[in-house]
Amino acid sequence: MAETTLTHIGQTQPRPAGLRGVAADWSSDQRTFKNVSWGKAMMWIFLLSDTFVFGCFLLSYMTARMSTRVPWPNPSEVFSLHIGGSDIPLILIAIMTFVLISSSGTMAMAVNFGYRRDRRKTAILMLLTAALGATFVGMQAFEWTKLITEGVRPWGNPWGAAQFGSSFFMITGFHGTHVTFGVIFLIIVARKVWRGDYDTGRPGFFTSRRGRYESVEIMGLYWHFVDLVWVFIFAFFYLW
Amino acid sequence: MAEATANGLGQHTLHEAQAHDATATGIAPAEVHQEHPIKLYLVVWAWLFVLSACSYLVDYVGLQGYLRWSLILIFMMLKAGLIVAVFMHMAWERLALTYAVILPPILVLVFVAMMVFESDYTLLTRMVFFGAEP
Repeated sequence: MAETTLTHIGQTQPRPAGLRGVAADWSSDQRTFKNVSWGKAMMWIFLLSDTFVFGCFLLSYMTARMSTRVPWPNPSEVFSLHIGGSDIPLILIAIMTFVLISSSGTMAMAVNFGYRRDRRKTAILMLLTAALGATFVGMQAFEWTKLITEGVRPWGNPWGAAQFGSSFFMITGFHGTHVTFGVIFLIIVARKVWRGDYDTGRPGFFTSRRGRYESVEIMGLYWHFVDLVWVFIFAFFYLW
Repeated sequence: MAEATANGLGQHTLHEAQAHDATATGIAPAEVHQEHPIKLYLVVWAWLFVLSACSYLVDYVGLQGYLRWSLILIFMMLKAGLIVAVFMHMAWERLALTYAVILPPILVLVFVAMMVFESDYTLLTRMVFFGAEP
């Protein structure tokens, strides 16, 4: 395998751009993703497969909602909060959206400072991202608690179609799990950055391989994906 | 967008990549470091806030029907596009990777179309056998 991968490494002339470049890159006996390391390419492919997982969840939700004769509960009312004497529709979900988008912003800046070798700023921004992610999970736990005490179950709810509960717990539960794992890995990578593992070439605990600052960007890809999935859940489940 | 550093092998300095990568394989992945000004991220962040606020307003104002659905979809696609293109740096990747990642999810739309027909049929049979009212 090494020969195939090495074939084009010493090449100096520019690769063709555009569609011609796609054909050239995908041609046989060479590595396809020219300027992307295996770590980054594998993260993209993992995210692609995760896209299909969430795509199937949203599809099954669409099918359930379209095929039931029973009216679907109005999410605008179900997720409203009673604040200051009036019901504000979807307010908790809106705040959660802003929190997650903010965490994406801090993560993007962490990646940037990582490549500038600014360890302190990178670690602080990553920990801030993790804190915002944990806040998001906390608010989701609050939302679940509220709905469960109001009588929402996977097999039924007081307001309408029974599939509402199962879709809700399945989709937001899976997304919340993704956020939780993201928070854990953010803390791990932030610790490595803080300690200077990527500068000193310290072998990783699990893989015994030396990491690079690219790990921060790969972590960022996962985190932005979590935010991306929420954009679709927000549109299709909460707003539709 | 011209600030993007070396986005192809041609502009890439090979010794730099080898310096960063001394992994066991001995193959220097010629990856490119993305460096853009912080301002770009702040601008995109601000836009994401604005778009999220807009999509929340669609519900708050109480728009209904096709206007509601199309606005939701437009804001959703704009947000998703900004996140993928700028935050995930897809705008600066080579097209080979972009197409490999973006095209398959678009093909899910075929699956969507199939399930729309399927659920219409399920609804029809349910109404025929159980009546239109729940």
